[in-house]
Amino acid sequence: MPELIATPGQTIGPFFGYALPYPGDRELVPSGAAGSVRLHGYVRDGDGSGVEDALLEIRQADSSGVVPATEGSLHRGGYQFTGWGRSSTDTAGHYWFSTLEPGRARPGGAPFFAVVVFARGLLNRLFTRIYLPADDAALAADPLLSTLDAAQRRALIAVREADGGLRFDIHLQGPRETPFLTFPGHS
Amino acid sequence: MSIPDIDTGLVSQLAISDEIEKIHASARVGETQPRLGFPPYRSAILRHPTRDLRNGDPEGAELFAPVFGHADVDVLESDLTIGGAGEPIGERIAVRGRVLDGDGRPVRRQLVEIWQANAAGRYVHQRDQHPAPLDPNFTGTGRCLTDEQGWYSFTTIKPGPYPWHNHRNAWRPAHIHFSLFGTEFTQRMITQMYFPGDPLFALDPIYQSITSERARARLVAAYDHDSSRHDFLLGYRWDIVLAGRHASLMEDGDA
Repeated sequence: MPELIATPGQTIGPFFGYALPYPGDRELVPSGAAGSVRLHGYVRDGDGSGVEDALLEIRQADSSGVVPATEGSLHRGGYQFTGWGRSSTDTAGHYWFSTLEPGRARPGGAPFFAVVVFARGLLNRLFTRIYLPADDAALAADPLLSTLDAAQRRALIAVREADGGLRFDIHLQGPRETPFLTFPGHS
Repeated sequence: MSIPDIDTGLVSQLAISDEIEKIHASARVGETQPRLGFPPYRSAILRHPTRDLRNGDPEGAELFAPVFGHADVDVLESDLTIGGAGEPIGERIAVRGRVLDGDGRPVRRQLVEIWQANAAGRYVHQRDQHPAPLDPNFTGTGRCLTDEQGWYSFTTIKPGPYPWHNHRNAWRPAHIHFSLFGTEFTQRMITQMYFPGDPLFALDPIYQSITSERARARLVAAYDHDSSRHDFLLGYRWDIVLAGRHASLMEDGDA
């Protein structure tokens, strides 16, 4: 089969706010529903300032580890779990999702949220992962995490908050820069 | 570093163009994607990672794009000209093309979202303060699902170029923002489609952040007379190839 060269990406720019966000975009399950968890944090630039015009999307398995192939993310009915959500940041650079904690996708695997980040000033999308802070054995054996040094490994694992929420900050640049991923065929 | 303008604090187009030229002169052959660190685009300076990207082996949720369907998108959302009480002002156009993966396979039944300025170069977005008129009959947002052959199609108005404050007398070439999904989550991308022959291409640091001329040309639609409609609109054709492979390769046994 022919290998086609990919179309280049470009920045999302500053004016997506009236186009891409929609009601319920970040509520994969209704806020406060039984079993729901709040996943949230800040997107920061190289100076540590909040990025007020970023957009995050997450893709994830359900609690049993199954990745849903369910329609309806754009008009959520409140009952179906589609495993995909979108959150723009606010003026402080804060994003949040109401979702379920993903189960492991394979036996012994470490559960994670797949993440893509867009922002004004960011010329192409960035991928990363948010791992759940549980099951140290699975995290230690994870093929990606085991290639990282201790600080970078920590940077990909969410922090459990006192209220049960998950906190994960994205640093686009700087000493705490988030490890970002490239996948086969990307360049 | 170049000297900023005394009134605006912004450097000149000449200075930006000079920076672009120096970067292009030292670029590797075969770059196909934009540089993340591209200082002529000033907003990128603090917003790009400085460490190498890590090689990821996609697994779990990364192997499956979200699924959208007719529960998500109404067919009328692909026509950006019908949202108001009257006709929007400007040049009515159709933009159509195919979404393909790197092996040339169509991306079927997948979401395409677009947004754009109106014919005067103004976005509905509150943060757009360019003193050009808003059009009460045009919001500039649309959605559609690709068909079984990967085709998308929008009816809209040709957007205008608009000024921004990257440097003094900076203007963006006319463009439509495209948001695209593949069959794998790793194929997710957002980009901008441009119009052929725009004199602003050479001056624009966002377009020029792609150092290869051949790669830049992949963002430019072609005028397509077969897509034009008698007495009604002009047609443009723009095909999109998503980066990244997807899992069915392994099912096919050729990976």
